[in-house]
Amino acid sequence: MISVHNYLAAAALLIAAAFPAHAGEYRLTVSTAAVEVDGRTVEKMTVNGSIPGPVLHFTEGEQATITVTNETSEKTSVHWHGILLPGVMDGSPGFNGFMGIAPGESYTYTFNIRQSGTYWYHSHSGTQDQSVLGAIVIDPAAPPSAVTDRDHVVLLSDITPEDSDQVLRNLKADPGFYNYSKRTLGDFFRDARRDGLGAAWGDRLAWGEMRMDPTDLADVTGYSFLVNGRTPQENETFLYSAGEKVRLRLINGSAMTIFDVRIPGAKMKVVASDGNDVHPVIVDELRIGVAERYDVIVEPAGGEPLAIFAESIDRTGYARATLATAPGMEAAIPAMRPRALLSMADMGMAHGEHGSHGDHGQQESDPHDGHMDHGAGGHGHDGEHMDHGDGHMMDGHDGHHMNHGPGQHQNHDRQQNKGHEGHGDHGSHMHDGVKVSAAPEPEARPVGWASGFPPGAKVLAYEDLRRHHAHADNRAPDRTVELRLTGNMERYVWTLNDRRFHEASPIRVRYGERVRISFVNETMMAHPMHLHGMFFELENGSAAHRPLKDTVIVPPGKSVSVILTAREVGAWPLHCHLLYHMVSGMMTAFIVEPPETADTGLTRDGAVVPLAVSHDGAAARRGGHAGHGGI
Amino acid sequence: MKRAVFLSVPLLIASLAIARAETGTVAMDHGPDLFHKIVTEVDFAARDGGEWRWHVDGWVGGDVERVWIRSTGKIADSEVEKAEFQLLYGWNVHPFWDVLIGARQDLEPDSKTWAAAGVTGLAPYFFETDATAFLSTEGDAALRLEQSLDIPVTQKLIAEPHVELNAYAQDIPERGIGAGFSDVELGLKLRYEITRKFAPYAALTWERALGETASRARSAGESVEETALRIGVRVWF
Repeated sequence: MISVHNYLAAAALLIAAAFPAHAGEYRLTVSTAAVEVDGRTVEKMTVNGSIPGPVLHFTEGEQATITVTNETSEKTSVHWHGILLPGVMDGSPGFNGFMGIAPGESYTYTFNIRQSGTYWYHSHSGTQDQSVLGAIVIDPAAPPSAVTDRDHVVLLSDITPEDSDQVLRNLKADPGFYNYSKRTLGDFFRDARRDGLGAAWGDRLAWGEMRMDPTDLADVTGYSFLVNGRTPQENETFLYSAGEKVRLRLINGSAMTIFDVRIPGAKMKVVASDGNDVHPVIVDELRIGVAERYDVIVEPAGGEPLAIFAESIDRTGYARATLATAPGMEAAIPAMRPRALLSMADMGMAHGEHGSHGDHGQQESDPHDGHMDHGAGGHGHDGEHMDHGDGHMMDGHDGHHMNHGPGQHQNHDRQQNKGHEGHGDHGSHMHDGVKVSAAPEPEARPVGWASGFPPGAKVLAYEDLRRHHAHADNRAPDRTVELRLTGNMERYVWTLNDRRFHEASPIRVRYGERVRISFVNETMMAHPMHLHGMFFELENGSAAHRPLKDTVIVPPGKSVSVILTAREVGAWPLHCHLLYHMVSGMMTAFIVEPPETADTGLTRDGAVVPLAVSHDGAAARRGGHAGHGGI
Repeated sequence: MKRAVFLSVPLLIASLAIARAETGTVAMDHGPDLFHKIVTEVDFAARDGGEWRWHVDGWVGGDVERVWIRSTGKIADSEVEKAEFQLLYGWNVHPFWDVLIGARQDLEPDSKTWAAAGVTGLAPYFFETDATAFLSTEGDAALRLEQSLDIPVTQKLIAEPHVELNAYAQDIPERGIGAGFSDVELGLKLRYEITRKFAPYAALTWERALGETASRARSAGESVEETALRIGVRVWF
């Protein structure tokens, strides 16, 4: 029974499909421009002349048409991070037949928007995502679950005046090139005074035996940290009126920086993660990995200005913006807190020979085979049993791992800090010539990966994330793909399962297959792991409310697992989103094979994509890459 | 001199080509793929009418295969007393270790060509370690062990103790060398890294001839032990 009304609606839809709404169309131009970074004028690649590029607004259901023109002298690309689309539109050179945009060329991306939330775009060529980036905001077709009065994009990024390829060259020559927080002789004597000479010496020997550095929190320093392209001095300001609800779309568009974000004087209500609504959770602080997004709602009580303060986890600097009722208002900038020192527990997975891993505290088991998911209980991972014989990051691990919830921030923190009292917000700490509240004795550095948060503060943990709607499909996975995060820090080589990208075999899954990806971090750095083209369900103990994400931080020495049902046909990059980890090899291809029978359809866009990965010109160099066929 | 140049140039070109081929499968879409670190140290000690020494050690290549370049020498009282060059090809065989094979050409104190093979890497407790064996065209065999350690005093002031030990399988009379351990050098270098790549330094070094080599020196009326304060600069690119 089709009414005239429906006919009209259908006709309108057809017209809309043929002539997509103008709102869904954008033109982006990638070009080099002189920009000022840290007082120096340097050439950087930009989008439409600025860093970041414009915010792209879409509405769920419309068609996006984005033409990218390359006015630089090198190949470029733009990848739409977190967007569900046909593979060739993903903008990853070498995947699905997309080979980048040559100098002087344009490429028009078209895809139907079938999601909503906060996303971003960036170059996927070489080290360009340093500066070729911007935010994407997609309004839902239905009214949003959380209605707000104001809506602001808070795009965090890092930028260095150095040439980003030169940064990689420096790291390859000396992986400690940018670490100016190494442990010195002075640190040794201080530790010896505090812990005893034997303990301090033993600690140095333990790290020395492994040839690893507990100060290795971030590979690159020298960054300026920006909010929407503005430095802390330039103070990006977001306006609000007293009593309003303000949605802040936090996006970490950094190349290498993980941030601890807080708004002193206000609570943040987290309502979405990686574009997907979650049950609201109120926090004082959150740690945002490279490429992650959190939507938070802030309801400033009075008319006072509030600082949005994002410290890099290595505490070399901060990004800052202000929520204010009028331009020019400023809130006090909080002091940066001491940098954490990695502990032996952060090396948990890095050793070949250990049989077990200390105490896992209480656990919530998940209805999935054989894997343990540690819930939000107050447990520590003190890794009592540490065997660091000839331990190095490439050692085969013993296949004996479990899933620690990845974000047990504050709990973990307290565990790790027993014996170091009074860590947190009140260190005496000199930074950038700013003397912070004096304490008589230099504060001990907080110890361990998620540490250094003020006691009692509620810090967002992955366990807190519960998808807004329950999943209908809660089947156990058909199989588990284990992906060990590996590397050789001494060489600055980063790998998955000990293979660099161009040496790795892709992961192949069948269409419709339900797969668990188990990330096992055998290194002592955190890796924000990102899968293109689809969301995965984070196994964080929230039963049928597993949050959907596209990027997940795997802390040092820990494991994190995700599940997905493979419905997006194509070859999708799966990689660490730390820029220099990715370009030095920490990437592989996740291939979803097409369904065997045609009537099940391909992608929801109906696109047919060549299922192939070209390792960037390798095929071309060996003589022609027609169709980029075969791996 | 000419022989060394003729020997080195084609070797260098061939090696670079191989290194390039190894890393060349990843094109510019994934960033640069050919890297290098060549450390050069030149220092001066006010003795024997002024003594200059140079030490070059570095590599060009990718993650796995690299071409290594080494040179060391001494100029005393405007005379080149020692000048040697090494060109080696290296494979990374373990996270911390590379195996090297190549050639060494001495120009001074006399011209001598050696085959060279060894390992270089980072031993536990952060000891930078080079162990290289040499076999000359005349059949002389030699071994050299070098170790050093970087100890940050501050983030920019680095104390670097180092040791070098040489041994020979036989006498080399024209060089005053006797079989067995021939000489050892111990030193402590303090460098100040104005940048990572540019650091002036002061070094206190103690050299001593050992065993049969020491006996020969004594009978020739030469000293077997030397202590020197050196001022120099370390650059790398």
